[in-house]
Amino acid sequence: MHIDALDAYRLRHSIIHRLDARVKLVLTALYILAVALTPEGMWLAYAALAILALIAAVVSRLGLGFVYKRSVVALPFALAAVTVMFSTTGQPLLTARVFHWDFAITDTGLIRFFGIVAKSWLSVQMAVILTASTPFPALLWAMRSLRVPKVLVTIVGFAYRYMFVIADEVLRMLRARAARSGVREPGRRGGGSILWRARVTGGIAGNLFLRSIARSERIYDAMVARGYDGDVRTLRPPSIQLGDIGIGLAFGVLVIGIQILARWTW
Amino acid sequence: MLASNVLPSPLPMHIPDGFLSVAMALICWVLAGGVVGVSLWRSGKTLGGRQVPLMGVLAAFIFAAQMLNFTVVGGTSGHLIGGALAAILLGPWAAILTMTTVVSIQALIFQDGGLLVMGANILNMAVIAPLVAYGVYRGILALAGERRWGLFVGGFAGAWLSVVVSAAATAVQLAFSGTSPLGVALPAMTGVHALIGIGEGLITVGALAFIAAARRDLLQQKGKPVQGFVWAAIGLAIALIVTLFAPLASEHPDGLERVAENLGFIDRAQDSPYEIIPDYVLPGIAEGSPMATILAGIVGALIVAAIGFGIAFVVARLRSRTVLQESRE
Repeated sequence: MHIDALDAYRLRHSIIHRLDARVKLVLTALYILAVALTPEGMWLAYAALAILALIAAVVSRLGLGFVYKRSVVALPFALAAVTVMFSTTGQPLLTARVFHWDFAITDTGLIRFFGIVAKSWLSVQMAVILTASTPFPALLWAMRSLRVPKVLVTIVGFAYRYMFVIADEVLRMLRARAARSGVREPGRRGGGSILWRARVTGGIAGNLFLRSIARSERIYDAMVARGYDGDVRTLRPPSIQLGDIGIGLAFGVLVIGIQILARWTW
Repeated sequence: MLASNVLPSPLPMHIPDGFLSVAMALICWVLAGGVVGVSLWRSGKTLGGRQVPLMGVLAAFIFAAQMLNFTVVGGTSGHLIGGALAAILLGPWAAILTMTTVVSIQALIFQDGGLLVMGANILNMAVIAPLVAYGVYRGILALAGERRWGLFVGGFAGAWLSVVVSAAATAVQLAFSGTSPLGVALPAMTGVHALIGIGEGLITVGALAFIAAARRDLLQQKGKPVQGFVWAAIGLAIALIVTLFAPLASEHPDGLERVAENLGFIDRAQDSPYEIIPDYVLPGIAEGSPMATILAGIVGALIVAAIGFGIAFVVARLRSRTVLQESRE
């Protein structure tokens, strides 16, 4: 298996793919902020925000299946919020006795729980659309022009560039370990203790660290040979188009409008 | 088999969007931004051109190292998060930058952790974890002098405590946001991560053992021993601050009482194997008063720290005794 297959970018030809990366990054942040600020129980506002994400998913031509499949990634964390159903004061809807404990699910608790899950699900959808429609270098460049410190953006860029290379390296090491290990049948004890296995894994990690350092030195020498002086020079970024601003404004007005409508009308 | 745990972190510590209140998320952004800013400034003084690709490649290394696992029992396996290993190998400032890179890529590319709450994830995994690990490691190393066991005891204790403290910080943030009552989140998060931390500690020690054998020079500490104690104090202070915030974290104290009523939390807390002090209160102090809870938290943190330092002292004693015996013989 080649590790490149895990890159999140999906090449399509769509308005959203062509949209300026800065606009996309700001809009995604705005959308997630708006979702976070929407009070629980305002289901109409949630529905409107969900429709907005749906439109973005359709227009991006990424495929609804792709976006929804990727967006379940945060759902297991909902486990952390389950207790809120029992702990919020309100009208008990359902009480159950488990051993000698009384569990009571309250109406406000239930609303709070589903609010949290909905918020997280909607936010992830938009984040999936952002990363699947924007090449990572464009995202880095957008971060850079939004005043994220340059050194940090450069380090993130290097990490992204070599992540797949080193992941390939670790896959080779794991394959080597598997090739030198037996397969344990059920009911039979494996050789070696947990401590020994942990030490072997630690040894692989240490070896990987040494190889990574050696690789970074090689990379640095090659970079210096090609004129690196501490500054990474990139192509001059394209200036922002009128159309990008238009889409950005339209989306922004929609998101803010939903907030206003939700608070004062519905 | 591998595809399931390739690159996105396999551990339940990345908070997704929606689980923290906006206020909490922004506070964490400010705190994390401040510390990352300081470490950019600190390492800016020492960062040559060579360091930038080095830190990028090492962030990639942490990613890849998170794919490493070993079988514990049945289907469970031990994993590495890497905050402690980064802090021990690179020093605290470079480790903060490296781990910040890892956490931001996990959020930006893999949606492993949210964007609005990224400040909190950076704070927990890229700031608290390396600082705690480094503090404990340097403290124990200073106690051990130049001896080899300090590397391993310090590495294990630092790695374990870094995972547990950042899990506790996560629980505190969730509780402040009203997502999960502290009485449930804190024992659950620290309990699970006390087990995960063992795997982290073992792999960290294995890696240190290998590097000590292959490239001893990479582990030489530049600072004076006194500096080691300063770092230990910083690490311990962070652990204490996290516990100090704990009792204040309940937005609706009546909600917490309700859980106690509904779940029989007080009984359960005493049954729980993770509790050091039953129900987070100390005997002799009025139950339920914030003071009692704060004191209990402090005592808990001190006990954990004392266990680490205690092991260090015992090992030191045993070592000096065997040295004495050997010299007698």
